Amino acid sequence: MSNNTENSENVGVIKSVWRWFRRPTARFALGTLVIVGFVGGIVFWGGFNWAMEVTNNETFCISCHEMEANVYREYKQTVHYNNRTGVRATCPDCHVPKTWVHKIARKIQASNELYHHFLGTVDTPEKFEAKRLELAGNVWKVMKETDSRECRNCHNFDFMDFTVQENRASKRHAEAIDSGKTCIDCHKGIAHDLPEGAFDAERKINKAAN
Amino acid sequence: MKSLKMLVATGLIGAFMSIVPGTTGVLAQEEGVWSLRGEVALNDAAPLADTKKQNTSGKMGRAYRQQPPLIPHRMEKYQINSKVNQCLRCHDWPYNTEEGAPKVSETHYFNRNGVALDTIAGTRWFCTQCHVPQTQARALVKNKFKNASEVD
Ligand code: HEC
Ligand code: HEC
Ligand code: HEC
Ligand code: HEC
Ligand code: HEC
Repeated sequence: MSNNTENSENVGVIKSVWRWFRRPTARFALGTLVIVGFVGGIVFWGGFNWAMEVTNNETFCISCHEMEANVYREYKQTVHYNNRTGVRATCPDCHVPKTWVHKIARKIQASNELYHHFLGTVDTPEKFEAKRLELAGNVWKVMKETDSRECRNCHNFDFMDFTVQENRASKRHAEAIDSGKTCIDCHKGIAHDLPEGAFDAERKINKAAN
Repeated sequence: MKSLKMLVATGLIGAFMSIVPGTTGVLAQEEGVWSLRGEVALNDAAPLADTKKQNTSGKMGRAYRQQPPLIPHRMEKYQINSKVNQCLRCHDWPYNTEEGAPKVSETHYFNRNGVALDTIAGTRWFCTQCHVPQTQARALVKNKFKNASEVD
């Protein structure tokens, strides 16, 4: 029976808070409330955006050793890290959408990754390698669905000068425009090493899509 | 006061250190020994090496019948390790039909005992052992090499 009394006590507390919440104030002027609300809003919004920013850079991404020890070290060997022109694509450039709605959705998804981080799902290179085909497949599927949206933040067929590309590139790109193919259809393993069986998995995904 | 002394001491050591590489550089030259960096002091930036551009203008033909054909395209980014060989993503059947790339030679499917396999033989896995890119560089050693077809 003790449960019951506790419950009724709780209800009492909630009720009184609710009453306090609804009670018109006599102490503060309406103006004060507006200003406090406004400033509070800015602080909250600023803090929110700040939290989005600090979790949206490379340093944050590789603060998990799972990322540092595997994908980051491989990415450091690729053209998106170090190249002739000095333009760099960082982890969020390829993995976090730029538009607000999609970005929030990706961040909420990321809490699942945090959960697995604390669970230690891929905390050794061996475990990571065993899971890798699945993880890579997820990225491929998402990029196929979004028509490689993140790649297209930087790359655009319209601005490519096909005459300075290698023949095999310009030929395939012209074909891609005609047949509506997307970057990830052909460009797998550009930023990280591919896992064993990657090309068989690729064929399966392509078959399922057609 | 003490910290000031320390500061001066480290400054002096630093100055001495910065002279030393310069002097050893001069000494080395006098004895006719050259560093690969040339005449540049260790803490100066060495001039850029004269990099050679890869020839990617198209297939290059073979100098003799058994020659592994040269690679006519950029290839530094393709992963070849125990897990994946990215060359095969274009050159193995059936990918080659989509990519418009020449299929690897049939010989590459025979293992060392002459048994035909359905996948690339292990002995052929590391393509760049035999297939290499070509740069527009001067020959390192003067030579009179001729194509087999030109030898009489
Ligand atoms: C932040 C901008 C950015 C994003 C996002 C980006 N790239 Fe790039 N990418 C570059 C730049 C810059 C280069 C050229 C570097 C150079 O050669 O100077 C490049 C080069 C490349 C190359 C040529 C590689 C080579 O060896 O020359 C490919 C292929 C490529 N990107 C594909 C992609 C794909 C696929 C995606 C999406 C998964 C993507 N990129 C996302 C900026 C980006
Ligand atoms: C139908 C296949 C295909 C599609 C789709 C495709 N590419 Fe490519 N791309 C190639 C091939 C083949 C090459 C040359 C080989 C290589 O770089 O691995 C290439 C080369 C490149 C290069 C290097 C060009 C150079 O001259 O260095 C860039 C950059 C690139 N692709 C970006 C993209 C982007 C961005 C997209 C999506 C908008 C895309 N590609 C879609 C096949 C494709
Ligand atoms: C140029 C775009 C690009 C950049 C930059 C990039 N990635 Fe990726 N990432 C990809 C693509 C494409 C895949 C899908 C697998 C593949 O094709 O290699 C992927 C896959 C992954 C995976 C799944 C496992 C795997 O290896 O396939 C993880 C984890 C990952 N990336 C983390 C990172 C981290 C951390 C960074 C920054 C150090 C980063 N990525 C930078 C494009 C990128
Ligand atoms: C993006 C697809 C692609 C990838 C990946 C690729 N190649 Fe190629 N390769 C081609 C195409 C297309 C040609 C034909 C070029 C031409 O006709 O100018 C070619 C031509 C060649 C040739 C010349 C064959 C001949 O008969 O002259 C060799 C050798 C070769 N590639 C080796 C390699 C090696 C080794 C790798 C891996 C390091 C590799 N390729 C990766 C597409 C690719
Ligand atoms: C042991 C040396 C060796 C290795 C390793 C090797 N090749 Fe070859 N390759 C040759 C020789 C020799 C030829 C030409 C003679 C012949 O047809 O066998 C050739 C021919 C080729 C051709 C031209 C076929 C044609 O019909 O024009 C391609 C393409 C090719 N190799 C791709 C590859 C790829 C891709 C790999 C890696 C998976 C590879 N090779 C590994 C020696 C090698």
